Amino acid sequence: MTPALTTAAATAAATPTAADGHGFLSPSGVEIAFLLVGLVTLGAALVTVTTRQLVHAALWLVVALGGLAVEYLLLTAEFIAWVQVLIYVGSVVVLLLFGLMLTKAPIGRSPDADSGNRWAALTVAVAAAAALVWVVVDAFRTTWIDLDGAAAGSTRVTGASLFRNWVLPFEALSVLLLAALVGAIVLSRKAKATTTAPAAAAATPETPATSPSPAAPAADGTPGAKEGAR
Amino acid sequence: MNDALDVALRLLAVFVAFLLLPLLVGQTEHKVMAHMQGRLGPMYAGGFHGWAQLVADGVKFAQKEDVVPAGADRRVFQLAPAVALLPYLLVLLAVPIGPGDGAVGQVLDAGVFFVLAVMGVGVLGSLMAGWASANKFSLLGGLRTAAQLLAYELPMLLAAASVAMAAGTVSLPGILDSFHWWWVPWQITGAFVFFVAGLAELQRPPFDMPVADSEIIFGAYTEYTGLRFALFLLAEYAGIVVLCGLTTVLFLGGWHGPWGADGLGWLWTLLKTAVLAFVVIWLRVTYPRLREDQLQKLSWTLLVPLSLAQIALTGVVKVVIQ
Repeated sequence: MTPALTTAAATAAATPTAADGHGFLSPSGVEIAFLLVGLVTLGAALVTVTTRQLVHAALWLVVALGGLAVEYLLLTAEFIAWVQVLIYVGSVVVLLLFGLMLTKAPIGRSPDADSGNRWAALTVAVAAAAALVWVVVDAFRTTWIDLDGAAAGSTRVTGASLFRNWVLPFEALSVLLLAALVGAIVLSRKAKATTTAPAAAAATPETPATSPSPAAPAADGTPGAKEGAR
Repeated sequence: MNDALDVALRLLAVFVAFLLLPLLVGQTEHKVMAHMQGRLGPMYAGGFHGWAQLVADGVKFAQKEDVVPAGADRRVFQLAPAVALLPYLLVLLAVPIGPGDGAVGQVLDAGVFFVLAVMGVGVLGSLMAGWASANKFSLLGGLRTAAQLLAYELPMLLAAASVAMAAGTVSLPGILDSFHWWWVPWQITGAFVFFVAGLAELQRPPFDMPVADSEIIFGAYTEYTGLRFALFLLAEYAGIVVLCGLTTVLFLGGWHGPWGADGLGWLWTLLKTAVLAFVVIWLRVTYPRLREDQLQKLSWTLLVPLSLAQIALTGVVKVVIQ
């Protein structure tokens, strides 16, 4: 393995376009690139959880997630890679940044960003990582991906395996997402109802004679609640 | 060696297109807006009808001082224009201009997902700029950008998914290969949704709430000067080129045309893209800006249901014709 790595390092250094994957790199070159991108991803992930600057953490998360997408690409799983970018970088991180901007995340360090659970979090993270690595290594010890042949992770292959072999988990996941969606709607409606109820209660003793005025905010609140729920 | 040369030539061609086409759209916007408003527009720079106006603008931007506000987050502030601009260059790489594998920068298996994913990344640039400027107008602009992206990403994806369903593939050249002329009326709702959602993602009028000059100066780009500001402007025009090109490829048949599709297919692509770019400029001159709540309402109560209906229609027709 080691001599192969060292010889491949010379070829990999000459051809840095790893994501291309059309006859540019020898298989061991892809391995080198995989390792390097993996290191970058790991480093970005570490910075994400250790930096004291909130928005920087979100931006380092982008690097980590993007690095993961490149790893998928190197394993010829093109579809998964782009979905990773689309969902995580394009939507989840944007939502995260939206939240940070809405709460006016300060420029510079936020000393109160540390919750004091540093060691507990580290223990849980190491345990989870160890379990995952162990399971994956144990399960795919003898599996090799032929990087030279037809793409093993093309959209057609992924779709076929998803809807032939893994239909039940797929459907179970969609039910889970539906449940989360319904839960979000219920929560937001409840929050709206509790904020409008005291307002209506406060309005009634002041103006007992004019009944339309306390009714008006309630009538306004219903379509507003629906919009907030979506 | 031959492979390397081929790849280098393709990259060079895409890069030249990336530099030229946005400038062309920008100059067209100057002239079309001017004529729609009963004036001439730039007439002096370069001699003939002011064709070199944007080159002159570029020289002017390059000469300006590059200012970073004292309270700003320096690195994020300086990185933001690149994050906003580069994704569009990458997207252009995957857009096929003619028939066959020779007329696309890089054939991608999951092309539709690639272009939508990378276009979404471009918005991160605006968010970074909005936050890092240490300016409340910039922050508001960034917030509006994020809200707009979250609202319009979904209908855009659903509309693109409808075409992918119709073609049975998510590769852009593959979609064009299986195109028939009757796809245009079949997918017209999806085309409308995709184009409108794309306009909103680019923050072009009437969806320019994030840069509404009468309310928040210039949104996320308020603090930018010189070349970095020019890069943001370039990103906007590159975005127009990419959006129009994608709408052409996905919904209007790309290089397909009534005649001459084999030899002059690339001309059809460019023509359709140019017409769509004209529509984008036309909308800017014609429509007033949508308010924030109107923006959200349009997406969630009109575009999302329309795109879902389009997917249902696509599925039904697909089953019937099989």
